[in-house]
Amino acid sequence: MRARRFEAMRLIFDIRFRAWLYQVVAVLGVILTGWYLYSNVRANLQAHNIATGFDYLNRESGLLLSESVIDFQPSDTYARALVAGILNTIHVSIVSVIFATLIGTVVGVARLSKNPLLARLTMLYVEALRNAPLLLQLFLWHAVIISVLPGPRDAVELLPSVFISNSGLVIPSLQWEAGHRWMLFALAVGLILAWQVRKRLLAARVESGNQRLIWPHLLLLTFAPVLIAYLFFHPDFVFDIAEKGRFRITGGMQLKPEFTVLAFGLSTTASAFIAEIVRAGIMTIRKGQSEAAFALGLTRGQTMRLVILPQAVRVIIPPLTNTYLSLVKNSSLAIAIGFPDVVMVTNSTINMTGQGIEGIALLMLIYLSLSITISLFMNWYNAHVALKER
Amino acid sequence: MAELDVFDKPVALSEAWRVPKDGAVRRYFGTPANAAITLLCMIALFLIGKVAFAWLFVDAVWSGGPEACKIGEGACWPFFGDKLRFMLFGYFPYDEHWRPLSALLLFVGMCGLSMVPRMWSARLLLLWVAALVVCYLVMTGGFAGMTAVPTTKWGGLPLSFMLSFVGLTCAFPLGILLALGRTSNLPAIRVISIVFIEFMRGVPLISVLFMASVMLPLFMPGGMSVATLLRAQVAVILFAAAYVAETVRGGLQSLPSGQFEAAQAMGLHYWLMMRLVILPQAIKAMIPALVSTCINFFQDTTLVTIIGLLDFLTTVRGAMRDPNWQGIAVLEGYLFAAAVYCLFSAIMSAYSRFLERRFRAGHD
Repeated sequence: MRARRFEAMRLIFDIRFRAWLYQVVAVLGVILTGWYLYSNVRANLQAHNIATGFDYLNRESGLLLSESVIDFQPSDTYARALVAGILNTIHVSIVSVIFATLIGTVVGVARLSKNPLLARLTMLYVEALRNAPLLLQLFLWHAVIISVLPGPRDAVELLPSVFISNSGLVIPSLQWEAGHRWMLFALAVGLILAWQVRKRLLAARVESGNQRLIWPHLLLLTFAPVLIAYLFFHPDFVFDIAEKGRFRITGGMQLKPEFTVLAFGLSTTASAFIAEIVRAGIMTIRKGQSEAAFALGLTRGQTMRLVILPQAVRVIIPPLTNTYLSLVKNSSLAIAIGFPDVVMVTNSTINMTGQGIEGIALLMLIYLSLSITISLFMNWYNAHVALKER
Repeated sequence: MAELDVFDKPVALSEAWRVPKDGAVRRYFGTPANAAITLLCMIALFLIGKVAFAWLFVDAVWSGGPEACKIGEGACWPFFGDKLRFMLFGYFPYDEHWRPLSALLLFVGMCGLSMVPRMWSARLLLLWVAALVVCYLVMTGGFAGMTAVPTTKWGGLPLSFMLSFVGLTCAFPLGILLALGRTSNLPAIRVISIVFIEFMRGVPLISVLFMASVMLPLFMPGGMSVATLLRAQVAVILFAAAYVAETVRGGLQSLPSGQFEAAQAMGLHYWLMMRLVILPQAIKAMIPALVSTCINFFQDTTLVTIIGLLDFLTTVRGAMRDPNWQGIAVLEGYLFAAAVYCLFSAIMSAYSRFLERRFRAGHD
């Protein structure tokens, strides 16, 4: 009797047995909870006579999207509405990421300024934007556009031929021709060429130690293909410039108030976070690094470009990735101001079809794939700039 | 770099009337570029200050009703006199506003008390439980002459505080467990934790709230209904737990492995090692990050408006949409809400800096 109890005790105090026990309990718990929820869902669906499945995606939606990157009519299917929503989300996210990065970098460097006034002012900008909820900011900017700004007739001219009024933002746009597309393509080719040649030339410089300038070669390589494409296709550069009409502004690229507000709110909020990341990144580089660079005879610009920034980027990339991820996720607040992003399309679809489970499952799947794509890209970039220990 | 300048250039005649180094004048006007920046900043400050001052005080409407505000150019102060109570407490019965007010005061008082490090003890925890029970009872009512108020009538600042505070309090232990699970060497537990954390961090809070409002009723056994408030609370807890878990994991990873090895060599088993050695250090190291998680969730509670709860931002918007005030006090309402959120966030970040200093002082 006593021996058996001893055996049992030994088993309980055996670390491997415990490891197994914990894991079996955890897995069983997850499976049982899942099964319980699943059976409830089935019972509820049967009780309410709700059909399941993704067939509804092929039905005509009747949804009216106020704007869309692709052409969308109410007679199109729910699937196409979802795609339009995804593209709207991606569109506003890309625009916001670009502006947030630009503004954030400038503000982050300005926060480190030796001028106390500039440093304090930028600190105020960062703190105000970080401490007010994003939803509140979106509501505020939406209200400013809709009820404070004048109508198109008295639109405010922010910059030459950039108008803002209660019907949105209007910017000049280039009239696209096939030639422009070829020029863009040529620019891409030139950039890739220049990048490759730069690598070679840098390697050659390290090898030979000569100080011949590299950048004129790169400039030539980048822009020569563009010039060739221009001479070959000769596209016209006609800008579509907006003009104030009696009731609306005609011409130019017209951005709806919802898009303008969302892009503005997302970029300014994210810029505050990016500014802090950039500042922290630059501050982590020890003073000795710049002193050593000066001792080697590098100028201030060279020190920043060749010594400080490459090291700061390594520290900056991981938190920057998180900021980009939260920006994309925050674009879901679009629903509050009526921008037809993927969440709003899903919400309307659920309301019209009653397919709640399918809709939300799809929505989560979409966001998970977006998040994973961004993470993978930034991880790749991070591995590219990371310290290579030899 | 300032030292290097001395060797860079020979001393010229113009150096003779240069302002002394390190003076305030030099910091503001040292170089032409610096002077230009200072000047531009001052002009910007002056313009913003002028507009703000005129709007807030000079052109402001101080008395009268909506009509006076419609004519006036500046801020509309009577709006607050009329609607402040609605903004703070929402649709809670007007005559019983003392109940949410006392709950709010009790809550804020407890927070203030807990901020003093000398007060930290097990007794404080008990006091908190008691205070929360009192808050809940006072809000619900239904006894001692207080009418019963269903949670659908709750709103305003007390609701925002409750969602974020109760959410974070429950999310903390869950988040710590998840962080331990993710760093555990038991594969099944690690996988479960990773899947949960990465799923929650990969989707926006809105979709989790949608799931709570649309799908949760389907997950419950037939006929059982859960109040929207509770559903939102569960969603916030699960969502916050994933973020707390990642922050705590950062703290766990920042500890040198010697700490784990030493604790094991002392004969401590897993839970004792975590409780006595590892977690206190890990959490101390992550205080700034944890506080910014708290600030984020305080702000994120505004999203519950999308599933129809009346948090502070929603009641402010409700006040602005009152038929009498429709379209009159738009900026006033939003700026007031922004000021309130900024105030509480600023208090939290100031407190985080205080804690950081205090703990650092203990180590040096």
